[in-house]
Amino acid sequence: MVDFKTVEVDTDLLILGGGMAACGAAVEAAYWAKQHGLKVTLVDKAVVDRSGAVAMGLSAINQYVGLKDGQNTVKDYVDYVRNDLMGVTREDLVASIARHVDSSVHLFEKWGLPIWKDENGDYVHEGRWQLMINGESYKVVVAEAAKNALGKENIYERVFIVGPLMDGEECKGAYGFSVRENAFYVFKARATLVAMGGAVHVFKPRSSGEGQGRAWYPPWNAGASAYFTLMAGAEMTCQEVRFIPVRFKDAYGPVGAWFLLFKSRATNAFGGEYMVERKAELANWAPYGHVKPIPANLRNYLGMLDVMAGKGPIYMRTEEAIQKIADTYKDDPKAYQKKMKELESEAWEDFLDMTISQAILWAATNVQPEEKSSEIAAAEPYFIGSHSGASGAWVSGPEDLQTEETKKEYFWGYEGMSTVKGVFCAGDASGASSHKFSSGSHAEGRIVAKAAIRYLVKENPPKPTVDAAKIEELKAATYKPLHLFEQFKGATTQTDVNPNYILPKMFMLRLQKLMDEYAGGVSAQFTTSKPLLERALELLAFLKEDAANLAAADLHELMRAWENIHRMYQAEAHVRSILFREETRWPGYYFRADTPKLDEQNWHCFVNCIYNQYTGEWKMLKRPILHIFGPPKEHELLGG
Amino acid sequence: MPSFVNPDKCDGCKALDKTACQYICPNDLMVLDKEKMKAYNREPEMCWECYNCVKICPTQAIDVRGYADFVPMGASVVPMRSTDSIMWTVKFRNGQIKRFKFPIRTTPEGQAQPSGGWDTTASLDDLALATEPASLGLPAVWTK
Repeated sequence: MVDFKTVEVDTDLLILGGGMAACGAAVEAAYWAKQHGLKVTLVDKAVVDRSGAVAMGLSAINQYVGLKDGQNTVKDYVDYVRNDLMGVTREDLVASIARHVDSSVHLFEKWGLPIWKDENGDYVHEGRWQLMINGESYKVVVAEAAKNALGKENIYERVFIVGPLMDGEECKGAYGFSVRENAFYVFKARATLVAMGGAVHVFKPRSSGEGQGRAWYPPWNAGASAYFTLMAGAEMTCQEVRFIPVRFKDAYGPVGAWFLLFKSRATNAFGGEYMVERKAELANWAPYGHVKPIPANLRNYLGMLDVMAGKGPIYMRTEEAIQKIADTYKDDPKAYQKKMKELESEAWEDFLDMTISQAILWAATNVQPEEKSSEIAAAEPYFIGSHSGASGAWVSGPEDLQTEETKKEYFWGYEGMSTVKGVFCAGDASGASSHKFSSGSHAEGRIVAKAAIRYLVKENPPKPTVDAAKIEELKAATYKPLHLFEQFKGATTQTDVNPNYILPKMFMLRLQKLMDEYAGGVSAQFTTSKPLLERALELLAFLKEDAANLAAADLHELMRAWENIHRMYQAEAHVRSILFREETRWPGYYFRADTPKLDEQNWHCFVNCIYNQYTGEWKMLKRPILHIFGPPKEHELLGG
Repeated sequence: MPSFVNPDKCDGCKALDKTACQYICPNDLMVLDKEKMKAYNREPEMCWECYNCVKICPTQAIDVRGYADFVPMGASVVPMRSTDSIMWTVKFRNGQIKRFKFPIRTTPEGQAQPSGGWDTTASLDDLALATEPASLGLPAVWTK
């Protein structure tokens, strides 16, 4: 067996991840660290230029509040998010991001991101909160500022973080391994900022072959944040709030431009508009069923009801939308042609900037959107607290936005700090602050990084020491899959099939199958129940035991092994939280068939959980939903 | 395959310490076959078709073939990325060709200044982040 050297790195603030939140954190931390003589280190499992969820690019910025022009208020954004999440939102966290997010967007523009402008020089909106961009290099530009701020010498790329460096209940940094060289990494840090994204491939995807890689959210987001904070003993929140996007079917191309910019309708195969025909259903989900815009999960749900009634496929009526726009130019053929050219370019850029597969699929099926509708469908479930999901760690809010009442529940010193001292979270890693998207995640990274530096300066935590025996123990556990493979590979004539171990791919498929069938995946029509969830836990228990027998032939497969352990813990937190919440609150994300109704009296609360890695016990708890602006008034519930 | 490598064009990045595609792939999929000195995608079913390997390849040896389990054959989408724009050539199954060009950035590569040129007046205890409130375009950060 090859020898793996151990590399120990001492730092003050350790930023884990390289996506939008981590890049925001890097820029901010670098500024304050310099003033206070502190060291900041960033670790990315890929390369910062093209890592995270924005690696391909994006065609829109989804959160811009427009405070400077008085377009909206911070409270407007909070109302929108709370309603979309069926009332389950930490208003203090959402407000905090909303008051800073415009600054991140303005910085992106300065750094070189092309944002569409109208003839007056104002940003072109796709919707109330969304800006259109030429975003092929969005991540490259944002990463560049982060790298320039931090300096190359403080960035470790291609180092995969396995988990937290724990000493009892104290987190002293993180450990992991290089996927490029034989090196085990120990990062000893006085504070750690977790920003390693959400989780994909916990559930079985719709695609069955190569197309498995075409998840809507990228396959490399494998639950590292959730695993890290769970193992650190941090309280987690909203682990039941998964997200299921409705997108162009199979390639998962964005629908935002079609719905918002081109005002397209979605109908079933018979031309029926489920948002109109099934409107009465919304009353069952009052008060949230009555808000405008209608919460994303309820829009999903009405479409799903059509599909279940055999009225599919569901279509985006692109030809109708384009015709409607064309009609407004019918007396001016020249202007009409120009407009059509513009629309065509905008529609294709929407795909080419962020979901190139959709462009391939349209080209491969000869789709002319002005002639023919295109199919849309609900994807598989994802864990993405930055979008319309909400899963993540339970973190402290900002002090100035608390009321006397909320301060007791939502504030413990430093914004973005989890319930574990010195462990901060941003982006998909922090929960109950949905709809931050790319820009809000960047802003949150900045907010939390400043708080982390403040923590280091005010609390002056000691330089962590970790004993050598502990490091050796973690190192042995980290590389165990490689050793198992070496030890047993000769036992059969085909290394994939071996009674002594399980390879990461099959392990992942086993996890996906059980989540799909028992925890409300695609093939279960997103429906589950107490007995199904309890069965899921039985099967998960076997999987957890077998995780000790994961084997890997090389460093790449070793990363896959650990990614799937991360996914498995995200899965368990999810199953336990759905089981605990005895109601159905987000019917278009999952449906508890045995408790099929919204129960405001008992379940208008957060569902939180804490995992104890030493005893293997899970603790489930309720936390109150409190308002920082006072309870919403009737007209605010109805969308102001 | 999703991304695939044309062996006639791939030169293994001339045995530099790592190939460009291996360097950039967010999912660690691209590897160099050191015997043949050709790169390949080792896990096509984990490919997001993000095109980062296609865009970065110095010999334009990498292309994408749509996911075989749901995409009919015969189409291609090929980018040409320069320092400030990207040109896309979309070839349909029926032979139709569309071409699009979009800007990708407005500043010279490598020059992004973290402060964006805005001064920071706040201290560590203030609500304002670095560059704020100037970068917000407001006199102060909003509070209740």
